Amino acid sequence: MTTARAGEAGRKGDDVRSDLHAVVEIADRGGIEVEVTSKVGGLYGASIEETARSTLSGLHIEHARVRIDDRGAVPYVIAARVEAAARRAGADGDARPERVAERRPHTERHRPRRSRLYLPGDQPKLQLNAGLHRPDGVILDLEDSVHPDRKDEARLVVRNALRCLDFGSAELMVRINQLPLGLADLESVAPERPDLVLLPKTETASQVAELDATIREILGQTQGEPEVWIMPILETARGIENAFEIASASTSVVALTIGLEDYTADLGVPKTLEGAESLYARGRLVNAARAAGVQPIDSVFGDVGDEDGLREWARRSRGLGFEGMGCVHPRQIRPIHEAFEPSTAEIEKALQIVAAFEHAEAMGLGVVSLGTRMVDAPVVLRAQRVVEAARRAGLIGGEPGS
Amino acid sequence: MSATVEDRVEMVVNAAGRRVPSVVNGRRARPYAGVGATLPEGAKHGPPIRSSATYPASGDKRVADLKTALQLCGLRDGMTLSTHHHLRNGDRVAVEALLAAADLGARDLMWLPSASFPCHEPVVDLMKSGVVHHIEGSMNGPLGAYCSHGHMRGLGVLRSHGGRWQAIQDGEVHVDIAVIAAPTADPFGNADGSHGPSACGSLGFALADSIYADRVIVVTDNLVPFPCVPWQIQGNNVDFVVEVGSIGNAEQIVSGTTVITKSPDRLLIAEYVARFMRDSGILRDGFSFQAGAGGIALAFVQYIKQMMIDAGVKARFVRGGSTSYLVDLLREGLTDYILDGQTFDLAGVSSIGADPRHVPTSPFTSYNYHGKGNFASMVDAVVLGATEVDVNFNANVVTHSDGMLLHGIGGWQNCLFAGCTILAVPSFRDRIPVIVDEVTTLTGPGELVDVIVTERGIAVNPRRLDLIEALKDSDLPIRPIDEIKTEVERLVGGPPSKPELGEEPVAVVEWVDGTVIDTVWRVPEPTEPG
Repeated sequence: MTTARAGEAGRKGDDVRSDLHAVVEIADRGGIEVEVTSKVGGLYGASIEETARSTLSGLHIEHARVRIDDRGAVPYVIAARVEAAARRAGADGDARPERVAERRPHTERHRPRRSRLYLPGDQPKLQLNAGLHRPDGVILDLEDSVHPDRKDEARLVVRNALRCLDFGSAELMVRINQLPLGLADLESVAPERPDLVLLPKTETASQVAELDATIREILGQTQGEPEVWIMPILETARGIENAFEIASASTSVVALTIGLEDYTADLGVPKTLEGAESLYARGRLVNAARAAGVQPIDSVFGDVGDEDGLREWARRSRGLGFEGMGCVHPRQIRPIHEAFEPSTAEIEKALQIVAAFEHAEAMGLGVVSLGTRMVDAPVVLRAQRVVEAARRAGLIGGEPGS
Repeated sequence: MSATVEDRVEMVVNAAGRRVPSVVNGRRARPYAGVGATLPEGAKHGPPIRSSATYPASGDKRVADLKTALQLCGLRDGMTLSTHHHLRNGDRVAVEALLAAADLGARDLMWLPSASFPCHEPVVDLMKSGVVHHIEGSMNGPLGAYCSHGHMRGLGVLRSHGGRWQAIQDGEVHVDIAVIAAPTADPFGNADGSHGPSACGSLGFALADSIYADRVIVVTDNLVPFPCVPWQIQGNNVDFVVEVGSIGNAEQIVSGTTVITKSPDRLLIAEYVARFMRDSGILRDGFSFQAGAGGIALAFVQYIKQMMIDAGVKARFVRGGSTSYLVDLLREGLTDYILDGQTFDLAGVSSIGADPRHVPTSPFTSYNYHGKGNFASMVDAVVLGATEVDVNFNANVVTHSDGMLLHGIGGWQNCLFAGCTILAVPSFRDRIPVIVDEVTTLTGPGELVDVIVTERGIAVNPRRLDLIEALKDSDLPIRPIDEIKTEVERLVGGPPSKPELGEEPVAVVEWVDGTVIDTVWRVPEPTEPG
């Protein structure tokens, strides 16, 4: 059979921005023909055609007709859509575009993870400027925000975004699909070494181990410090029960988080603004994470318009012991950062305690005192953590003791 | 084709290095010579003096309809007919006046609107049929396309609001008949915009027309017995009054509510603008600013409002385009006055009609460069947009990067004389970078543009050492403009290729002093594939 070698990908319609629709028909002769319709055709028509040609060349396709209806897409998106259409037309292979973004060193195990901004993997428009809003992390999502029919396309968009977009100082994260579908996502994205992979619906330690092993295999790394961190998402009662084992399953795990929509569905209770129904699960997760030496991170707050509700949720979340939460919109980043940052009064107090501790150390005193009060060791430890968090958030500068 | 554009017009290179025609629509045109280099001279242009003996002693200047009024005004071929744009996209009067002129058999009219809107699309047919020869005023949408593709018989002339006042005041353009749509008027011709079913707020853009035109027709759908109070248009300048069923579509005249942008990138830009004003010291007690009704400008007002509250300061005055957001500042005691050029929403209209601290202004008070000063240079900071900015801070507001006419100049050029001119722009739109090597059409010289605020950072004009110094401890992302440009180009896959433009001028852009700062060239029509 040599018929039906046509495939299409992307989006069309008047409201589409920063995206395109591509049709690729693979042929036996005739070379490459590219037809471009674009609202930026007068200025970027030649560039669009060039991107399409080099993508096909990367897939070793020599004869094809390509029709592109472009709505101002940037090159990594054009390449992803043309590749997806060509693959759907039967091409195999891999046409990774030239890397544009600078490669950065892998993030630290214990970096701040106050906010992580979810970016639907198949919606490039939301990805382009995401880093400018300065979340601690961005999550290119392949799971719930991507329709099952578009998983293959989204993988290519996310893969190319990892190569071509600059997300500023944000940690680069990818949420893959549940295993085993998620393993196919890894083929595309793991070679781009995102800083961290989120594993949804994690229920057992062995799933984390399998993920870790797959990433190491793809990267050809059998031992040593992990090149990609893992953040399991617990979204079921069973996952919560296994929280400590999951957190301890691999040295790659740096944080545990919870997905409350699925968790409350699993319990069969409505999710409320107060969150009483998930208090046990969230408390258990915090405890398990701390016991395993990883960060406890809270779920998302879904109502973008309710900033007061978000602030209140985040304040209580910090009170429970969480170090951060997810964001579904850039507007949520600042309130979350503010909620998870220590207050000025807290910082001031902590600095006094740390200074008193350092003074006692220097003087060889066995007892730390602040004014006329003695300060216990756990209080010093908590103060040191507050100072450290404040320093990371840029609220105070310099080194301890300076 | 544009065969009747002045044949073989001599092109000269102006002080900005732009090729501009030396003759525009039969008038000698002076090339732009630099900021402050061309000073006005001569005396004000005056219409013929009339005698009250020839007007009804009762003060009742009503006539049956627009056609009658135009006839009585002595409408002839080749005349210039002016209208204003306070009714924005709801305006019915401009097109009806031109259609009435067509009914009377007039040809080759020049239409001088203070701005045009999509509702004026029927004028394309009037140009095709020869009733209208050409337009001097902003053109966009279908009118912009008609002109950009070289179909208009004369050259388009784009002027700022202040420049239009000056062109009329100086007699550079002589208005034969001004048709003034008035939301409220009396039979004598006193007229105002702040009341009536088609209320639009200020009528300032029609003021020059009412003073300097040979003949003035007021058209209203809300006739009140003499006197119409307040009056912004003086009946003593008016020849005829026409009562009609409706002068406009209220929903398109003002919006019910003006909505702030939800785009996170645009909100970020707005916040940077406000923080810039705070950190640079512009925000202080008694300061002033101007911000329009664009999405970024509205969001900026919300941010600066909070900063004013936090700092415990208030503004002496703010300049509109007024919206509910400026009205809130007034009501909450955060500004003493709104000096309003045009009124964008219902809250603005009801405020200007009821609150004496909300004052209608005109291009004469606010923008006129050929006069004894104007308000624009007294404003501490102004927040404007642009389609393109170059690395030397020169900016374009009239054409798209592909060369097509997109916007009028509005008060944009005039506002550049503010203490601090801030262009708040996204760093790219639909893949097209906003920061370029050279703007497609020069509208404002870079020496008057102080700050470019994008979502990627803030570029301060190196000429403004004072601002740079004031911001040295700010944590705002202050960056060289080239660096932002390079970053955007990396994202969008390099700079765009140059648009292919024809060799024929289709319009000129005047600077505030009446000189020609740049030319808009013909854009070839897209050829159908196949």
